[in-house]
Amino acid sequence: MTATVPATTAALALGDDALVLSHRLAEWAGHAPVLEEEVALANIALDLLGQARVLLSLCGDEDELAYLREERAFRNLQLAEQPNGDFAHTIARQLYFSTYQHLLYAELAAGEGPFAPLAGKAVKETAYHRDHAEQWTLRLGDGTEESRERMLTALTALWRYTGEMFQPVAGLDADMALLETRWLESVTAVLTRAGLPLPEGPRTGAWSAGAGRQGLHTESFGRMLAEMQHLHRSHPGATW
Amino acid sequence: MTTTDWPLWEVFVRSRRGLSHTHAGSLHAPDAEMALRNARDLYTRRGEGISLWVVPATAITASSPDEKDPFFEPAADKPYRHPTFYEIPEGVQHL
Repeated sequence: MTATVPATTAALALGDDALVLSHRLAEWAGHAPVLEEEVALANIALDLLGQARVLLSLCGDEDELAYLREERAFRNLQLAEQPNGDFAHTIARQLYFSTYQHLLYAELAAGEGPFAPLAGKAVKETAYHRDHAEQWTLRLGDGTEESRERMLTALTALWRYTGEMFQPVAGLDADMALLETRWLESVTAVLTRAGLPLPEGPRTGAWSAGAGRQGLHTESFGRMLAEMQHLHRSHPGATW
Repeated sequence: MTTTDWPLWEVFVRSRRGLSHTHAGSLHAPDAEMALRNARDLYTRRGEGISLWVVPATAITASSPDEKDPFFEPAADKPYRHPTFYEIPEGVQHL
């Protein structure tokens, strides 16, 4: 399948989001607070990896794109690359991202663009990711004093990365302004149920973050890429 | 893995319509809603099921190994309880 140039730009952006977040979630393997949650996070990571493979294949060779690109060539959101932190940070990142991804894929699935078939399948996966993040946000926000404090810290720390999600992407046939309105409504509703306030501070402009779509990434991303790519780069073309 | 205070849940999976739910295993979860989600992730990720039950393990009353003989032994030596003494008439199909 050949894609037009704008469609390739969009596929790379969405594919990199999925790939990078998948790797972050996979870092929990062997470290999650309980076995059941480790499997849950790994399942979400595998869903995202499946999406990434389809999307990156639209742009070229998936392995080359994943393992041989330099940091500046990645087009993922800075939110997706943020380190796992404590469990609350991972859940806050999941809440922000999966709400966005689910709303976006639902819109793409309903349209007739090049991403409709992929989005139609992925929207069911992302619905589950969103539910997982919401369930945990409710429990951490409405749990102990410590869990509430940690969740609040995480939501606030990642807030400045959320404006970037709604920048227009060439080739992505979605109403970003409407998406942002729906996203804010949804996140506000979940936080209200969890007894948590919506974080304050700018999400765009000012000292907010976000130029991942232009290839600018945050400090921890280079280290993550080094870990993700070193095997492929050390043994080019290795198979088993 | 650290230990948690989360209760144990028993998981039952129905593989397809018309069959009963079958015990698949157990897991820990803080509440029923999370138990259901954990069960989905642990036991149905390879197309094993279309329906799930989770039951608090404490809600299950099990027979004791000490009662094995009075419970089950008397069934062993009564072959007349088994439907094996019928002559099947000729021409009966699907039996």
